[in-house]
Amino acid sequence: MTLYDKIVEMLEDKFGVSSDEVTPESTFEDLDLDSLDLVEFSMALEDELGVGISDDEAAELKTVGGVATLLKEKGASV
Amino acid sequence: MPVSEAGGNAHDTITITGLGLVTPGGVGVEKSWQSVLRGEGTATTDPALEGLDVTMSCRVPDFDGSELLGRRARKLDRFVQLALVAAGEAIQDAGLDHNTWDGARVGVVMGCGMGGAPTWEQQHSVLLERGPNRVSPHLIPRMIPNMAAGHVAIDFDAHGPNLCTATACASGATAIGTAMDLLRLRRCDIVLAGGTESGVTPLSIAGFDNMTALSERTDDPGRASRPFDVDRDGFVAAEAAGVLVLERASDADARGARRYGTLAGYGASADGHHVTAPDPQGAGGELAVRAALADAGLSPEEVDHVNAHGTSTPLNDVSEARMIARVFPHGPAVTSTKGVTGHALGGAGAIEAAFGVLSIHHGVIPPTANMESQDPDIDIDVVAKSPREGSVEVVISDSFGFGGQNAVLAITAN
Repeated sequence: MTLYDKIVEMLEDKFGVSSDEVTPESTFEDLDLDSLDLVEFSMALEDELGVGISDDEAAELKTVGGVATLLKEKGASV
Repeated sequence: MPVSEAGGNAHDTITITGLGLVTPGGVGVEKSWQSVLRGEGTATTDPALEGLDVTMSCRVPDFDGSELLGRRARKLDRFVQLALVAAGEAIQDAGLDHNTWDGARVGVVMGCGMGGAPTWEQQHSVLLERGPNRVSPHLIPRMIPNMAAGHVAIDFDAHGPNLCTATACASGATAIGTAMDLLRLRRCDIVLAGGTESGVTPLSIAGFDNMTALSERTDDPGRASRPFDVDRDGFVAAEAAGVLVLERASDADARGARRYGTLAGYGASADGHHVTAPDPQGAGGELAVRAALADAGLSPEEVDHVNAHGTSTPLNDVSEARMIARVFPHGPAVTSTKGVTGHALGGAGAIEAAFGVLSIHHGVIPPTANMESQDPDIDIDVVAKSPREGSVEVVISDSFGFGGQNAVLAITAN
């Protein structure tokens, strides 16, 4: 499983997002996720991958693929 | 008689053009109404209350938030989910379309006594077990009691005045009375008014039970809520939401709307007596009833039917009955639909106002479930065992809240 696949799986578990509607280019807006959802998602990432997203980083993030790239840069692995 | 510079008129007729109900009788007005007409208690053993002394409640059956509202339901506490479904039904029932209405002229007033109690409790456990950094960012927007009104505005493009009334068990009736004032003052053209509650949690039930407010007839839940019966021993906590669409009659007529009846009067008062016990003679309730009658220009003998607060607590039912007997010596037909629904707290006043409207509309008064042997200290005409058919022209709906806050609505045929 890639980091991206793990993120999609978590979006499905935590937010009820259907995996077939997610692409690396999907924005959080496309998936009906708001800034509070991102905070919650970051908590889940910390729990499951040991690496979270800071508020400043979240403000720059636009897409699901972007999350995977950022987490990889921060040393996360599945 | 103008009462505001905007040209408001205290004598505008305010009409009821839509109803929405989500109650322990079912999702929707029809299921809810048929349930109260059947006159059977809806309380059942509640797995969420396992281990408590009181293990029963009246839940809305077959209510699946994510099925009705989609995946965003997970961000909504159940009291908001119930309110959104009730509001959607009411708007559709009124023949209105939120995509085309002038949302700036549409207000929302939703009563709620407790807000998102389930969310509070879950997140308090998270705080204790996992620390402050794991408390959900959705805690506050899920929990604050005004969120029902807020979400109704979001879903239905209602950009007018948006309020939450909190007068405990009178919240739903206070909301409808407040909506009436908004329409008379011409601050809005349409108001979605009602109440919602889903606060059946271990913490709240323990609290209610320890103040001896609840029935402990847990071995026979369906017969536990028994207003005016000599063997009543407290209320059964319920969840429910009710929404009424209110408009000035002139506007409703101009768009050719079906009018269920008229919201003719509103009376509010405070017992000023005790935090939870009602005034023994119902003096505060009487003030609100008389104010509602005066507001509607009605005399007491014109009232055919009282939908009582009738909680099934020893104290409420006897003090309310004394008050009803004193104000209405001609003996109108009294019912408490709480025998069926249990006590939906902040939702109660709204669903009971809707039942009063339906009694006028259908010409039938639902029976008080489980009223088998009337308390000898209660000398009023309680409708029991089966529905009572006949023309109903004027209904009084009582709601009394902890805190001694009373709200009474007078509803008449068109």
